[in-house]
Amino acid sequence: MFVAPALLLFGVFVLYPMGSALSYAFFSWQGTSRGAFVGFENFVALFTQEPFTTQLPRAFGHNIAFFVGTMLIQNTLGLGIAVLLHRRARTRRMLQTLYAMPYLVSPIVIGYLWTLLLSPTFGPVNALLRQVGLKSWALPWLGDPTTALWVVVLVSAWQWVGFPVLLYGAALGGVPEELSEAALVDGASHWQTFRSIVFPLLVPAIGTVSILTFIFAMEAFALPYALGGSTGNPAGATDFISLLFYRTAFENGSTNAIGSSSAIATLLFVVIFGGAVVATKVLRRHQVRVGA
Amino acid sequence: MTTTLQAPAASAGPHPPTPPRASRRPAGRRGRRTRPVGGLVGSTALWIYAIGALIPLLLMVSNSFRSTSSLYSDPLGAPWPINFDSYRNAWTVGHFGEYFTNSLLVTIGAVTLSTVVSTMAAYALARCRSRIFTILESVFISGLMLPIHLAILPIFYLLDGFGLVDSRLGLMLVYAASGVPFSIFVLTVFFRQLPPELEEAAKIDGANSWVMFWRIMVPLVRPAVATVVVFRFVPIWNDFLFPLVLLRTREKYTVPVGLTTFFGEYSTDWSSLFAGLVIATLPLIVLFLLATKQIVAGLTAGMSK
Repeated sequence: MFVAPALLLFGVFVLYPMGSALSYAFFSWQGTSRGAFVGFENFVALFTQEPFTTQLPRAFGHNIAFFVGTMLIQNTLGLGIAVLLHRRARTRRMLQTLYAMPYLVSPIVIGYLWTLLLSPTFGPVNALLRQVGLKSWALPWLGDPTTALWVVVLVSAWQWVGFPVLLYGAALGGVPEELSEAALVDGASHWQTFRSIVFPLLVPAIGTVSILTFIFAMEAFALPYALGGSTGNPAGATDFISLLFYRTAFENGSTNAIGSSSAIATLLFVVIFGGAVVATKVLRRHQVRVGA
Repeated sequence: MTTTLQAPAASAGPHPPTPPRASRRPAGRRGRRTRPVGGLVGSTALWIYAIGALIPLLLMVSNSFRSTSSLYSDPLGAPWPINFDSYRNAWTVGHFGEYFTNSLLVTIGAVTLSTVVSTMAAYALARCRSRIFTILESVFISGLMLPIHLAILPIFYLLDGFGLVDSRLGLMLVYAASGVPFSIFVLTVFFRQLPPELEEAAKIDGANSWVMFWRIMVPLVRPAVATVVVFRFVPIWNDFLFPLVLLRTREKYTVPVGLTTFFGEYSTDWSSLFAGLVIATLPLIVLFLLATKQIVAGLTAGMSK
């Protein structure tokens, strides 16, 4: 049988662990041995017991801010660049390739690179700001709780902007030239043509990019880990759900670590899956409406 | 991260990754007559942004060739005279030699294993029309949506049961399994495009299905296999959470976990830190230069509607 090896590998190392990950959350744990079935008790504890009552909402808020920030910066910029690149047949491939470079690099490398570049003592970023006379801007960007989260957002947006450029580029290629040409002949301006003809046809691609950005933002782990460590320094300003999960599972040493952390994982899974399903439904309905 | 890239595929349904591009050619050629948006200003903006996107990476490389004292005295200086001490230091004292070998071993092993089993499965799924195979295919494809990192605890105990915690083999198996959905997704689409007459002819000539698969079918889907290989290599090489949790001794660390250790222990040897980052990125840059086409194809797989 040709399918058997793949099924075995996938079943044992993906499906079975995914299933048990959800079941772990409904038991109480004594270290690594499973205790009684406790229903939703582990979930209730997440909302009633410290440190979760302070850390979980804070981390979730950061995930949401991260999602909104990357949507606004990375995907708007990406769409703009894709529109500019469209019809530049000669330079498009070259530029797309250049924009794509940063996202091949591991988020952990990117995170450490920026801690070095933003270092208050020898970082070239602050040195440059001082050089051009913006001395008051030469701040410890990652050391200040008010700016640290935005550094995470900006670094991530910088790394990933090439991705929406590619996807929107592919979607723009699928918009029939005849449509916009006809609109232009009828006297519509370039902006009107884009807004009323091209943009509605891009909605499915925008939807897909939004869903992917959402999943990505909810799962963020390596980049914040490199920029702020597993506790989300400074002062929890860059804490994310997956960091909280990691700390709960492997660093905090409570006897019910597996129960609590699995409850966090399950919650995160529900948020990701729920968000993706709802967004897909909305998108389908829109597609039916415009008849695409 | 891996699921992030793969999910569109699942939601967009199975569309062949490359062929629509070719069919769109005529429209594209005609479009060239219309002026690009933004004109010269647009071009300039695009190039300026491209430089901006690359400067941090160029700084990483250039600073790795400077000594720590010169980095301190002149943060914006040029990498001259070139200094290789940082690389020597990172490679031997910082154990990057070991990390690099481990990463290569795990990544190549995992990509090979998952590509081989996925190619076989994709062939069967593309050819058999029975109900059970349709269900199997949707089970595999649903894996594109699963955030596998959330299953880290059960995976840890599963590997513990096999005695595979703190083992490169265990890590490799997990990576191989996590690559199956994407690989099957891309390869099934390609196998479906091959005409069934090919196999009928081979059967008449007396080839059994095993020979036919390896000698005839696999060579025909080589471009898709290349896409899968390249596209699985990157997330596995870069992955951080699995080795962080599953590996315990330094001799077995992969590059990303080795980096965190290195940054903890040598936090003042800036020049070597930059060198470590370059070493962690080098194979990807080599891969990128060799296979830009496959990377672009993989990223837009299923999106090219």
